[in-house]
Amino acid sequence: MAPHSGDVENARLRAFGASARRVARRDFLRASGLMVASVAAISVEGVEAFLQRPAAAGPYPDPDFLQLDSWIVIRPDNTATFFVGKTDLGQGTGTAFRQIMADELDIDFAKTSCVMGSTDVTVDQGGSGGSDALQTDGYPMRRVAAEARRVLLEMASTHFGVPVTALAVSDGVVSTKTGDSADRGITYGELIGGKKFNVTLTGKNTDTTTGRAPLKAVQEMKNVGKSPRRDDIPAKVDGTQRWAVDMKVPGMLHARNVRPPMVGATLKAIDESSVKAVPGFVKVVSKGNYVAVVCEREEQAIRAARELKVEWTPPATKPFPPSEDLFTYMRATAPSSSSAPTVTGDVDTAILGAATTLQAQYDIPFQGHTAFGPAHALADPSNGQLTIYSNDMKSYGLRNGVARFLNIPREMVRVVWMQGPQAYGRTAAEDAGFEAAFLAHELQRPVRLQWSRQEETAWDTKGPAYAISMRGALDAQGQVVALDFDARAADHNHVGYNEHDTVLIAQLTGQRKAEPARGRASFPSDKYAIPARRLRGSVVPLPLAWETPVRMGNLRDPDGPQVTFASESFIDELAAAAKADPVAFRLGLLERGTGDDAGHKRVRSIACLKAAAQKFGWTPRPAPGPVPTADVVTGRGVAYSYRSETVAVEMVEVEVNRRTGRVWVKRIVCAHDCGLVINPEALTRTLEGGLLHSVSRALYEEARFDDTKMLSVDWVSSPTLTHADVPESIEIVQVNGDPNPNRPDLPHYGAGETVCKPMLAAVANAVFDATGVRMRRLPFTPARVLAALKA
Amino acid sequence: MAAITLLVNGKRHTVEVEPSTPLLYVLRNDLDLTGPRFGCGLGQCGACTVLIGGEAVRSCVRPVSQAANVEITTLEGLSKDGVLHPIQQAWLDEQVPACGFCQNGQMLTAKALLDKTPNPTDAQIREGMRRTLCRCMTYYRINAAVKLAAKRMA
Ligand code: FES
Ligand code: FES
Repeated sequence: MAPHSGDVENARLRAFGASARRVARRDFLRASGLMVASVAAISVEGVEAFLQRPAAAGPYPDPDFLQLDSWIVIRPDNTATFFVGKTDLGQGTGTAFRQIMADELDIDFAKTSCVMGSTDVTVDQGGSGGSDALQTDGYPMRRVAAEARRVLLEMASTHFGVPVTALAVSDGVVSTKTGDSADRGITYGELIGGKKFNVTLTGKNTDTTTGRAPLKAVQEMKNVGKSPRRDDIPAKVDGTQRWAVDMKVPGMLHARNVRPPMVGATLKAIDESSVKAVPGFVKVVSKGNYVAVVCEREEQAIRAARELKVEWTPPATKPFPPSEDLFTYMRATAPSSSSAPTVTGDVDTAILGAATTLQAQYDIPFQGHTAFGPAHALADPSNGQLTIYSNDMKSYGLRNGVARFLNIPREMVRVVWMQGPQAYGRTAAEDAGFEAAFLAHELQRPVRLQWSRQEETAWDTKGPAYAISMRGALDAQGQVVALDFDARAADHNHVGYNEHDTVLIAQLTGQRKAEPARGRASFPSDKYAIPARRLRGSVVPLPLAWETPVRMGNLRDPDGPQVTFASESFIDELAAAAKADPVAFRLGLLERGTGDDAGHKRVRSIACLKAAAQKFGWTPRPAPGPVPTADVVTGRGVAYSYRSETVAVEMVEVEVNRRTGRVWVKRIVCAHDCGLVINPEALTRTLEGGLLHSVSRALYEEARFDDTKMLSVDWVSSPTLTHADVPESIEIVQVNGDPNPNRPDLPHYGAGETVCKPMLAAVANAVFDATGVRMRRLPFTPARVLAALKA
Repeated sequence: MAAITLLVNGKRHTVEVEPSTPLLYVLRNDLDLTGPRFGCGLGQCGACTVLIGGEAVRSCVRPVSQAANVEITTLEGLSKDGVLHPIQQAWLDEQVPACGFCQNGQMLTAKALLDKTPNPTDAQIREGMRRTLCRCMTYYRINAAVKLAAKRMA
């Protein structure tokens, strides 16, 4: 099989070759008997790897994570395929998995491939989420690859009749250390190719799975730290990639949902005759307040969804306040829950006795995931089983959720993860997968469901809104003596995951759970030493908890950007009050601390701050800069945070047009420390995307609504960053591994989400530096900036 | 239903569809050309872009009847004899795609731009690409890739 990482469908396509594409796509999965026959006839290298997997016809028992054979297959031609239970959302994690596993196995990187995220052929590592692919799941991957190497060396020891210690291995070829030049060694492929390892591993779950072999020291890893090109990119550039949206099976129908026109409405009547005449019309399916139309062809389903006459009864009470009044509402409404405060020292007393006190309120609206491609899935109930082709980042959760939702054995259900438009947490609760499964189960025919743009923008999950109040105090020397953080999050009924009783269709069909999830308000992450500090958080509910498009989900570091916007803006306000340079002020707060945690986050924070300042060319002075007179003024801003073990410091230069209110982020510098970097180039690009996503959230994004429906429903009413906003430069400094970058067990921490946190504040701080005006309400639209400049 | 003849990537196809059907669905579902993708169906994002007469056209809002008998190029038709188009090569060299879902529209919009403006200024790139969206925010790399392709095509 060609070196590549990706889903099992595309792997099969590659194995079969283009000529067999139709066979592979249409028939392979439908009849395993036929499959074996055609595979044998085609006799393509690599296919045997799949033959070791459970029969595609189902049922689909879980691959056994305690069997080495579930993770690694080595073929006679000395190529290896790794099977991992993760998904790659376009960050190149698949390539990185190949790098670390090839290193531990000691095989040529170019002779490896990686299959991901298909519940019947890859062990359940949970799919993606929390930027944990390398931080958590990278370790069992390394351990099983090391174990395979150990077993292979033992086989070679028997083969050569010498102890393992007398053997050397390089690129999958084992030879004796003393061997003369005639000893060309023996390949892994010759040792085991085509056969099973039959080695049992230990461990309670996939996180702890291990063999007996130790891991390599970082310094011995050849591929780690290099930047082989991402192996998923060629097919995305030349058009050969098959995406979940592209899947077709014979007899497949097309479905579209019909959503209530006002939020919280109840279905009264459906006039099916309104669409009977639509060509290709098959059926209207409805249950509770869930309605879908099914047609033979896609454009027919679109038309039927548009023309179907449905009567709805409006709700008795308003589902939510208009988004313009949201923060007033949030501050006035009794919380549904509060978390235990984190308290150091006595904040109230410290504020009372301080030389300078400050307070400010920050408002962060709901922001949608607004995936570039609306939700979609294909569910195929052939052979009495149920296969779902989906871009769900958490394919395993979808499988479990669907089985429970339909009340069928989970062995019947298989989810094949495939590439899709990424949405950074949207598919953690993969509504379309459940809906397609429901429709296919009802009709007993394959159904492809596609959400519309309006549906996606309105009804996708949202990052929770926050209303945050901050107080702080300085002593006469301008040192921070107290900091008080109080957050209210509109996070009631958070529906982060593929739960059978919280996904949208469960709500609409009345199969929802009784009690909404409590949700949470989270706290800022920094290592500032502040003598008196209090962090409080509570959750406020909206009037309507269920069947609403204002549904809280996990948007790329679910609460970090919101709380960091407030905390890092306020630190800047304190720095300005102290007439201190914002970088020096933060450094002081970090350096004032003593001691450190096991991850050395404080010293790593200091290192990142210094590295960013150096790259940026930051010269110390207080903000704001000189009083602006020109139309277009520039300013600079800094902000910092960490997530889990990864630290990010961001500096931006912005231009503010005081006539139009437009803010342009012209330059970004980011210093980032995620421990051991597997693939620096792929990391850089991932960070660039994350940084700009947060620029978009700072400048454009808000899920707007009146008191009956969503107003943000497409790219005109819900704008996003565009090419017109591209910064002139983005510079990433990878500051990895302080305080001891050379330690042999330097961990690979998660990357990706941390950079999303500081940017909102960095931009606000830069706007302040440029104009002297403090923006405390996101996003900084031209109208809002103009209003603030006039105020 | 009507029989409509389409010329796509140098091949002739006849399809039986409602004439008002957006070209996008015919390309994807009848001709199995899945380079163009559905992103909005409203002409707002560029996911569905194809080239018609050198113009980047949004196939989600172009009725198939208005695309009959004219040469249509999709992403699948951009490379010639297995050799990537310089724009594709630049995308590969700059490692542009994240999820990649928008990149069909990005590359074909860039193609139309560079065909008209072989040596675009930065402002022309920003303006020419402005309506082609990317939610993975690969804009910075796209900008670099357009410049790289322009240089190589000069
Ligand atoms: S799908 Fe055609 S422009 Fe968005
Ligand atoms: S690369 Fe994902 S939308 Fe552009």
